[in-house]
Amino acid sequence: MPKENVAIKSENWRLNSHKDLNDLQKDIIESRDPNRLEVVVCHGTGCIANGSPKVSSAIRESLLGAGINVKLMPGIKTTGCHGFCSRGPLVIVRPHGFFYQRVTPKDAEEIVKKTLMEKQPVERLLYKNPKTGKTILTEKEIPFYSLQERIVLHNIGKVDPTDIKDSIASGGYQALAKALCSMSPEQVVKEVEKSGLRGRGGAGFPTGRKWRSALKAIEKKGYPAYVVVNGDEGDPGAFMDRTIMEGDPHAVLEGLIIGAYAIGAKQGYLYVRAEYPLAIKHLEIAMEQAREYGLLGENILNTGFSFDARINRGAGAFVCGESTALFTSIEGKAGNPRPKYVRSVEEGLWGKPTVLNNVETWANIPLVIEKGADWYSKIGVPKSTGTKVFSLVGKVNNVGLVEVPMGIPLVKIIEDIGGGVIGGENFKAVQTGGPSGGCIPYSLKDTPVDFDSLTKVGSMMGSGGMIVMDKHDCVVDIGRYFLRFLEEESCGKCIPCRLGLIRMRKILDGFSSGTGTKQDIDDLISLSQALQDGALCALGSSAPNPILTTLKYFNNEYLSHIENHKCPAGVCKELITYSINADKCTGCRSCARQCPKQCISGDKKKPHVINTENCIRCGICMETCKFEAVIVS
Amino acid sequence: MNIEGVKISEILERYPAKPEYLIFLLQDIQKQYGFISSETMEQICDRTGVPLTQAYSVATFYQSFRLEPKGEHEIKVCLGTACHLKGGPRIVNELERRLGVKAGETTSDMKFTFDTVNCLGACAIAPVIVIDEEYHPNMTAQKLEKQIKTLGQDMTEVSEVLGHA
Repeated sequence: MPKENVAIKSENWRLNSHKDLNDLQKDIIESRDPNRLEVVVCHGTGCIANGSPKVSSAIRESLLGAGINVKLMPGIKTTGCHGFCSRGPLVIVRPHGFFYQRVTPKDAEEIVKKTLMEKQPVERLLYKNPKTGKTILTEKEIPFYSLQERIVLHNIGKVDPTDIKDSIASGGYQALAKALCSMSPEQVVKEVEKSGLRGRGGAGFPTGRKWRSALKAIEKKGYPAYVVVNGDEGDPGAFMDRTIMEGDPHAVLEGLIIGAYAIGAKQGYLYVRAEYPLAIKHLEIAMEQAREYGLLGENILNTGFSFDARINRGAGAFVCGESTALFTSIEGKAGNPRPKYVRSVEEGLWGKPTVLNNVETWANIPLVIEKGADWYSKIGVPKSTGTKVFSLVGKVNNVGLVEVPMGIPLVKIIEDIGGGVIGGENFKAVQTGGPSGGCIPYSLKDTPVDFDSLTKVGSMMGSGGMIVMDKHDCVVDIGRYFLRFLEEESCGKCIPCRLGLIRMRKILDGFSSGTGTKQDIDDLISLSQALQDGALCALGSSAPNPILTTLKYFNNEYLSHIENHKCPAGVCKELITYSINADKCTGCRSCARQCPKQCISGDKKKPHVINTENCIRCGICMETCKFEAVIVS
Repeated sequence: MNIEGVKISEILERYPAKPEYLIFLLQDIQKQYGFISSETMEQICDRTGVPLTQAYSVATFYQSFRLEPKGEHEIKVCLGTACHLKGGPRIVNELERRLGVKAGETTSDMKFTFDTVNCLGACAIAPVIVIDEEYHPNMTAQKLEKQIKTLGQDMTEVSEVLGHA
């Protein structure tokens, strides 16, 4: 059988030329029956947490029990994150493309019987457009997907990330072969420069310019030089890089090897957060397989170019996402940043010239090389080319991972792709850029999402977290949250960051407990300036962004905390009271049973009352009530 | 050498004897034993040539390292932005109240270690907690109680034992 041939070849056959790679790709594709039934089960972290491994094993069991001829047995493939996390676990049946959502192990039998044997869709598992009420059959027709432009994510959800052959079949390593076999390093750098690609990690520094600076530094200082993947995705609410590493590790690796070729590096590092065990596992497998196929290690594709890489697991320090802190961490030390009088591209890891790019940036490189800078730069807008992956989270209907062309209006992402805010109202604010970014209010909903426009409104692109907030979210509380986060993560080396953050947080504590004054707002602003000017690294200098943007766009909400001692969103504990709406309360006693202070009383089936004196305002009653009878004021 | 000692030497020899492998060793040791004891720390330093003070500065700098033994069950509550907005802090308060320990601590009967994490990147299922490496989506105070009960441990009993009813 042809399939076995491929397996045998891959074991003894190192790829020695671009032709070898093409032949292998052809062999793999030809050995596959395009009409073969295949059940694709999402095994991203979100779907796994929702029980997708149980779904795939239930489908496997049902298949075995169904007595299907072995030759006609449908395959089961587990892939990386499909992105539509709020609808997980997701199952797609190919070649029809039926898209099933919120699948449970109980549904396995019906999927096997109805779809795999009778070729009919299981109606109740299909996605229903909440706006039109129409049932949608395939992934492509769902607005969440149809409005996206998935080029970096194109393989994720299609290929098995633990099988290099799957990756090669869909064009993996073609760009590497093209670069190594038919381009000079100089041509590679030029192509990246021409593409306009900017770093996806936050600041948006042009990637090509960074590579060029590395070459200049190497000219001065000589080799060794290093290439490094920044996979320390620390921004809370962001999981783009995790998904790429988990779902298409070969794309990251391919980009890294191309980068190494461009600057002549022999050694690379992948620095990945320890909180992402699956990403680490998939990268390890990918590297091992790439070595077997002669795509990594000595004499890659028999071109004479040698390069290898290793993974460094992070150990739980947000500041290590900062370039100089990341390098010290790879060197085995505490991740303290250093002043950047000399840029890290000149004096990086071990004091040598180093190109550090974010995961998503590296995953863009193969696209730029394979399809060309002209193709790439046509996507997006002139100064922000290409696409950007965002993790759309918070109070939005369609939570998940989206990839859109740069320059798309913010509202389009939230309303059209994200399906709007839960409950149907307008969003209050969108927080982009994590703790270094800002809150964009609804009035700026048409802001184009690109590097420069976001900076102009006081926020930043950041790595791509997009957190949607509604009227129940308090801007003072979110400011406190980010400051506390940064206060804990500050390495403590420089004073503005170490002490400034604590002072700023204490002022916000005052607002949320009703003891703040107007003078405090002025103090906040001057402290913010001190941090922006004086902090050693971006952790401190960008820390005031969430505060400054909320002060600018939600000033009234601050004033309400200060002057009226009221939290309009009903979040700040010391300014709110919980009570029960007697008209809605059914007297089911759920809240009374859950109340940790036993301060809810009332007879069964009669409206209950909260004793506000003992109430610690934990909010459990509100969370428990199914009739929305608990109100906060 | 006892069995534990043999295992430690096995781990120590996984990497070249260079200072840059300090974090690798700390991670592997912690994975095997749940924490880094002062004896193992000395062995790591002997192997890598890193001064003991510097090794401790590294171990205390990074959040994931633990210098005390951890409890039988490990509960991690995600406090990423999405989890924060969707009720993560409530879960933290509830756990603190029920277990009678603060985040980062272990109950005195060594049953539970409870800690918070910055973001697990599983925002679609916020608020999320991880009990012994297993993710539990859309957590509520009610569900939390059930989860702990399925661990074979009634939380009210724990709190009674600890005097934090």
